[in-house]
Amino acid sequence: MSTTGERVLIKGNEAICRGAVDAGCQCFFGYPITPQNDIPEYMSKVLPSLGRAFVQAESEVAAANMLLGAAACGVRAMTSSSSPGISLKQEAISYMAGTELPAVIVNISRGGPGLGDIGPSQGDYFQAVKGGGHGDYRQLVLAPGTVQEAYDLIRKAFDLAFAYRNPVMVLGDAIIGQMMEPVTLGSATTPTNVDQDLGWNLQGKGQRHPRLLKSLHLTDGALAGHNIRLRDKYESMERDVLFDNFLVDDAELIVVAFGSIGRIAKSTIRALRASGKKVGLHRPISLFPFPSQELDRLAASGKRFLTIEHNLGQMVEDVRLAIRKHADSDFYGHLPGNLPTPEDFEQPILAALGVRT
Amino acid sequence: MKNGKEAFTLPGVLADIPTHYCPGCQHGVAQRLVAECLDELALSEKAICIGSIGCSVFIYNYLLVDSVEAPHGRAPAVATGVKRARPEAAVFTYQGDGDLASIGMAETMHCANRGERVTIIFVNNTVYGMTGGQMAPTTMVGQRTTTCPGGRCADNEGQPIKMTEIIASLGGSAYAARVAVDSVKHVRAAKKAVRKAFEAPLNNLGLGFVEILATCPTNWKMTPVQANERIAAELIPYFPLGTFKDVTELETIEGPEVAE
Amino acid sequence: MERPIAFREDRCKGCALCMTVCPKEIITMSSRFNTSGYKVVEVRDEVMETCTSCAACALICPDYAISVWRKPARDKKGEVADVHYG
Ligand SMILES: Cc1ncc(C[n+]2csc(CCOP(=O)(O)OP(=O)(O)O)c2C)c(N)n1
Ligand code: SF4
Ligand code: SF4
Ligand code: SF4
Ligand SMILES: [Mg+2]
Repeated sequence: MSTTGERVLIKGNEAICRGAVDAGCQCFFGYPITPQNDIPEYMSKVLPSLGRAFVQAESEVAAANMLLGAAACGVRAMTSSSSPGISLKQEAISYMAGTELPAVIVNISRGGPGLGDIGPSQGDYFQAVKGGGHGDYRQLVLAPGTVQEAYDLIRKAFDLAFAYRNPVMVLGDAIIGQMMEPVTLGSATTPTNVDQDLGWNLQGKGQRHPRLLKSLHLTDGALAGHNIRLRDKYESMERDVLFDNFLVDDAELIVVAFGSIGRIAKSTIRALRASGKKVGLHRPISLFPFPSQELDRLAASGKRFLTIEHNLGQMVEDVRLAIRKHADSDFYGHLPGNLPTPEDFEQPILAALGVRT
Repeated sequence: MKNGKEAFTLPGVLADIPTHYCPGCQHGVAQRLVAECLDELALSEKAICIGSIGCSVFIYNYLLVDSVEAPHGRAPAVATGVKRARPEAAVFTYQGDGDLASIGMAETMHCANRGERVTIIFVNNTVYGMTGGQMAPTTMVGQRTTTCPGGRCADNEGQPIKMTEIIASLGGSAYAARVAVDSVKHVRAAKKAVRKAFEAPLNNLGLGFVEILATCPTNWKMTPVQANERIAAELIPYFPLGTFKDVTELETIEGPEVAE
Repeated sequence: MERPIAFREDRCKGCALCMTVCPKEIITMSSRFNTSGYKVVEVRDEVMETCTSCAACALICPDYAISVWRKPARDKKGEVADVHYG
């Protein structure tokens, strides 16, 4: 566990682990897959030494269902994986959403579809944000753009999971996971919830009435009522929207990019600003809830938009939806298989600005 | 009218409500045996039941303990998560043959192999009851179902899986037995087995597993009495009853230390 | 008359499994239907005396429809010496 204010130079994957441990994560369930292997490896070392649980599951299906079990007990628990493994977790994520269980899922995503590659990619945006599992549900999605954010957001993920009793995904990629940066650690005081009676969690009934956690609703109108209540809950998540605006006030063009791409685009924008180009950055940090209201506000003030993603165009659909009353968004998709550099985004940004080169 | 003491009492942890099972369905007996053991071992206050998907999906309506519903086949994984989060709880699953031996085979095997300190109650009725009688991994060769209308053919669909033997062969299981509830004698033996399957994990010896051969008169297209007779006539010869593993009698077993 | 056995007719689904295990073969199918539409079983008054309270029927019943009481102990005069429950 960390001491408040301690500064360390660590990889994103380790920052996620340290954030989780500091947030009181009591149980971790994982399965090996590149590029997230540092996470289960770290957790297998650290959690048992703290008297907490680490299980290497037989599959991602099992890991996610172990998570469901631990979440049902009301303890802080998480799993991590990368894209193909995240696909296998969707069944349990849907059940956890339906059962309203608090759980944290980390996706250090890689290229797809199928086995794809092991390099960075943002090809899992749709799966994360639109719901990769069945049924009418949502999960909160947080996308760190720095190693510090990886540490901070995993801690926030646990808080949000319990505040809403809902699965929360932290969506990173191989860049965030493997990059090393200095991180200021926070306090390690969050309780693990082990002995807490949260009013719904399973502990063995003791002297009270038995509790039941389920997602099946068969009586007339029950499922509809449940769906409406869930929708209201998802709408209320709007108050936890997170984003980072960079030099947007006087910008003619706003680049919209998330996660590692947002961070790389920031460097491009800094360079272009030095040569007088009026360009800014809007970086959604919470992908669900999506910062639609903020984008709408920016669009209303007459800005133009360019969405940059490490895929062939997924978040851009949400950007267009958000700004549709006032503007449209151009799109530049960097293909998986190689790491984008700030220079890669220069031409697309200049083109969107209408600068002939 | 009623004199003397009751010669048969229902366990308090069993809700005294009508069941949703078909006439003669032995899920009713199986869940009653679980309830009797929970009461006798005084576990109801610290028990956590992992329900599964099948005709027993409403198990939580009958067993008055804390419960969570697992996705189809995943009960052993959910049980693992619950037990690791709450080592002091008495954690058990209640699963059918499609759930446990087909879609949940990996979860079942690895839960047992890790020796999770949980109990698995496995109700084998050789068919997918809830979905209308399709072929299960335990369907007998020659048995007609809606997806093997000509009868299960070993060449095409393989032989019925003998789960108890498999579980007994794994290092993490402490107790594995197959029982039936087709006769009074068998019901009494079944009760002892269920009890042992609860005791083994509580004594930190490993996983406890009981396979209960049960009828599904509806999908077997038989009367309850005919279905019950089929257990002895056809099922037991292939699925022999007995205790396949029992380390509960051994004196000392090496295992992780339990926190005081 | 002592009735060591009683059927909760609302619970009985008429599966007849109890009939197959009764060593005294005193359980028979009645001509009555319960509110769920199941034909229910019974032990007729004239054979009730033969019930030994063995509870075999209750053990096999999947629907918890059978209550069985032990026959009360009697003193020398034949008076019931046991507690009465109902
Ligand atoms: C992922 C998934 N696949 C399929 C189903 C449909 N389904 C519900 S119950 C069941 C099989 C139940 O059979 P079994 O486990 O033998 O239990 P039984 O009803 O016979 O007691 C199936 C296939 C489901 N609910 N979820
Ligand atoms: S379908 Fe079969 S298993 Fe399901 S309740 Fe009816 S008899 Fe029982
Ligand atoms: S076994 Fe039970 S349900 Fe079946 S006929 Fe007898 S009393 Fe009725
Ligand atoms: S208690 Fe025994 S003798 Fe009496 S009716 Fe039941 S099975 Fe028959
Ligand atoms: Mg079955």
